[in-house]
Amino acid sequence: MKISARRVDTATILDVSGNIDMSNSPEVRKALLRELREKGVSRVVLNLTGVGYIDSSGVASLVEGLKASRESGSRFILFGLNDSAREVLKISRLLKLFEVYDDETQAIAS
Amino acid sequence: MKKSAKLTRAFLLKLELRSHPTLLCVIRGALGPLMEMLGFSAEHNREIIRAVDEAVSNIMRHSYRGRLDQPIEVYCNRLQRRTNGETEQGVEILLFDCGPAVDPTKLPARPLDEIRPGGLGLHIIRGSMDSVQYKRAGRLNQLRLVKYARSSKGDCGSVEEKP
Repeated sequence: MKISARRVDTATILDVSGNIDMSNSPEVRKALLRELREKGVSRVVLNLTGVGYIDSSGVASLVEGLKASRESGSRFILFGLNDSAREVLKISRLLKLFEVYDDETQAIAS
Repeated sequence: MKKSAKLTRAFLLKLELRSHPTLLCVIRGALGPLMEMLGFSAEHNREIIRAVDEAVSNIMRHSYRGRLDQPIEVYCNRLQRRTNGETEQGVEILLFDCGPAVDPTKLPARPLDEIRPGGLGLHIIRGSMDSVQYKRAGRLNQLRLVKYARSSKGDCGSVEEKP
């Protein structure tokens, strides 16, 4: 799995590629919290277009990002979820808690 | 793993691996084509892979407490059942580990209305499979997961299964 960060306007976009499971989900958590807590970015957008699979530990990292964004008054946005990612969020009853968009254009324009 | 605990039945697939999280992708990669071959839809295929991945992750995390070199065995086999005069094809997946016995009443599954990380694995397993059964088999933990090709999620196997 790889994570890279880029700036678009006032947002930081984190591009993730590969699969997110318990072997690497701490990296996702770390990257999210670095942007949301340490850098205080007002809008963090997670690009999951390149993610084929995400397990419950990956979901837990997303929940940590969501909580951190609520605590800091910033926004945490997801886009590019495939069927697998949507299903795991849905089965965890978390899908509606996240701001989710289909693509980057929508996520940035939101 | 002790020979006495090994199964004598012929299985479609048997995997022996160590409890290293980097091997989770190997299990997912092996199960996908097998479930496709058994006739599962793409959605059911994802559910089975998700359930097994979460179950193996739980073994690594809870049963072996993060130790990376402990044995895990995964067996897959076909199942059939008759419902309303129709034969349904299914799969049985058995997972074995040598960790301490598990008290099923104390397995961590948090209420889903709590917004906090962790405790989702069991919900995902139960929500993805038709039947989830744990038992202690000698010195091993055995988790049995069953899924039928035309089943609806959460219908916990009230129909007779024929291995």
